Amino acid sequence: MSGLAYVVSDTAVIARRNILRIPRQPDLLVSFTIQPIMFLLLFAYVFGGAIKTPGFDYKDFLVPGIVAQSMTFGGFVTAIGLSDDLRKGLIDRFRSLPMARSAVLAGRTLADVATNALQLALLVIVGLIIGFSFHTSAPKVIGGMLLMLLFGYAFSWVFAFVALHSSSAESAQALGFIVIFPITFASSAFVPTASMPDGLKAFAENNPFSTVVDALRSLWLGTPAGNDVWGAVAWSVGIAVVFSVLAVRGYRRAVAK
Amino acid sequence: MPSDYAIETRDLRKFFGSVHAVDGVDLRVPQGTVLGLLGPNGAGKTTAVRILTTLLEPDGGSARVAGLDVVKDQDELRSRIGLAGQYAAVDENLKGRENLEMVGRLYHLGGGVARRRAGELLAQFDLLDAQDRLVRTYSGGMRRRLDLAAALVARPPVLFLDEPTTGLDPRSRLSLWETIEEAVAGGTTVLLTTQYLDEADRLADSIAVIDHGRVIAEGTSDDLKGRVGGDRLELTLEDPSQCSASIEVLAPMADERPTTHDGVVIVPLLHKHGSIAEAVRRLDERGVAIEDIALRRPTLDDVFLNLTGHAAEEREGEEQQEEAAA
Repeated sequence: MSGLAYVVSDTAVIARRNILRIPRQPDLLVSFTIQPIMFLLLFAYVFGGAIKTPGFDYKDFLVPGIVAQSMTFGGFVTAIGLSDDLRKGLIDRFRSLPMARSAVLAGRTLADVATNALQLALLVIVGLIIGFSFHTSAPKVIGGMLLMLLFGYAFSWVFAFVALHSSSAESAQALGFIVIFPITFASSAFVPTASMPDGLKAFAENNPFSTVVDALRSLWLGTPAGNDVWGAVAWSVGIAVVFSVLAVRGYRRAVAK
Repeated sequence: MPSDYAIETRDLRKFFGSVHAVDGVDLRVPQGTVLGLLGPNGAGKTTAVRILTTLLEPDGGSARVAGLDVVKDQDELRSRIGLAGQYAAVDENLKGRENLEMVGRLYHLGGGVARRRAGELLAQFDLLDAQDRLVRTYSGGMRRRLDLAAALVARPPVLFLDEPTTGLDPRSRLSLWETIEEAVAGGTTVLLTTQYLDEADRLADSIAVIDHGRVIAEGTSDDLKGRVGGDRLELTLEDPSQCSASIEVLAPMADERPTTHDGVVIVPLLHKHGSIAEAVRRLDERGVAIEDIALRRPTLDDVFLNLTGHAAEEREGEEQQEEAAA
């Protein structure tokens, strides 16, 4: 096999290993399946009646927002897994093997695509049960799902970066939540930005997370897209590129001791 | 061309900030032999292993393993070495068999070969019954065996064992020693680090004593013991208050003044021959009753104390300092 073929096969071996681990960590499984569903139900039934979304049923408005937010959190599986591997010596084992060194991080983040896909499927199913419906064609619906997986993949690199720069899985998680909660809430994900005070409204309208949510709404609900879809793709690719470079640098630093 | 040494280092150095973790180490390990790198926590043993297994780049000097330079030829070198670490680097959320198959795939053995090899190793290391259990349900000794098996997946000519039995109970240690002895009987070259003197004594053909990043003594176990000097007599008295009296009585037999340590009278002997009988006779004449008497050869513990001025296992704090500095 050539060098590139080894990169691909080693990445697949590591990704498979990370996927195998998931059903064996029930606490982890709960946090990325039950938690987003709980969010969806709480918003739909607790806040839903109080939030005015002109032109939309609130459940239609909400589901794309919840789905996009869940994708950002999906990467915490990477944060926990990487911190664990560093602490327990697995990374040393991998680095002493004749495998492609890039496969450790690539396989790690790639495994998140599988967990994100599971999360996405669960949310859509529960959404459909409680009254959400797609208003567009199948290709657009699928396009929206692919956009979400790309967006989630970008955030796996954000979490990889955070995990490699913090002392433990818990602090990586806390840091992730402190940054991600405000960004996802101060956006068009859960309420129309028109209802917000001026300063916050300006922030929310220019928040790239709003761009991603609006892109998903246009793909699933048929709202006017503007440049949102391409904007969302560009943001996702940009985040993935910047944070993968930073994460690789952090990885080199973390292992050089 | 390849030298006769499977591991050869010249003036190897590694610094973490101001800490000289490895400070000019020269080692030569002939093929097919076991070198014990013996030293307390924080002596630089693990750092040396990390350099030799390409996990760390040295700051100075050079090292060749299996004829390959640890920096320039590191990609090729990784397929010729196996590493078992002190933290048992196996995935606890995988099954025993899955761990070995994964490592085999990452050595690029190919699926079928990796499966077969995993089966052989599980049998050899007495883990067949546990092969389909998650590793987190394994005992400490089982984890170490699996870790050692993982290091042997590719039948590497050079094996590194970093404190293989640290933290194990005595029975598991003994069984792991037997496993290591079987595993290396086929001519594998081994570098073993340990802070246990009996472990080096048992497993290693030759020993390098390391302290503060430097090799301070080298040789076989017997060579090192010879350096500390001769045999000694150890006595326990029925009445401990007679210790000082017994020191006076036994002083003519000793080449240094006898001492007491935890109620045991230690007599460094001028001549070993007939010493027990003479000591019993001398004490009997003075009416000192003996509870226990033994002739003892120096242990590696004595060697260590003699070479470094401190005992081998009392410096727990320093490893953490080294880790913090890193």
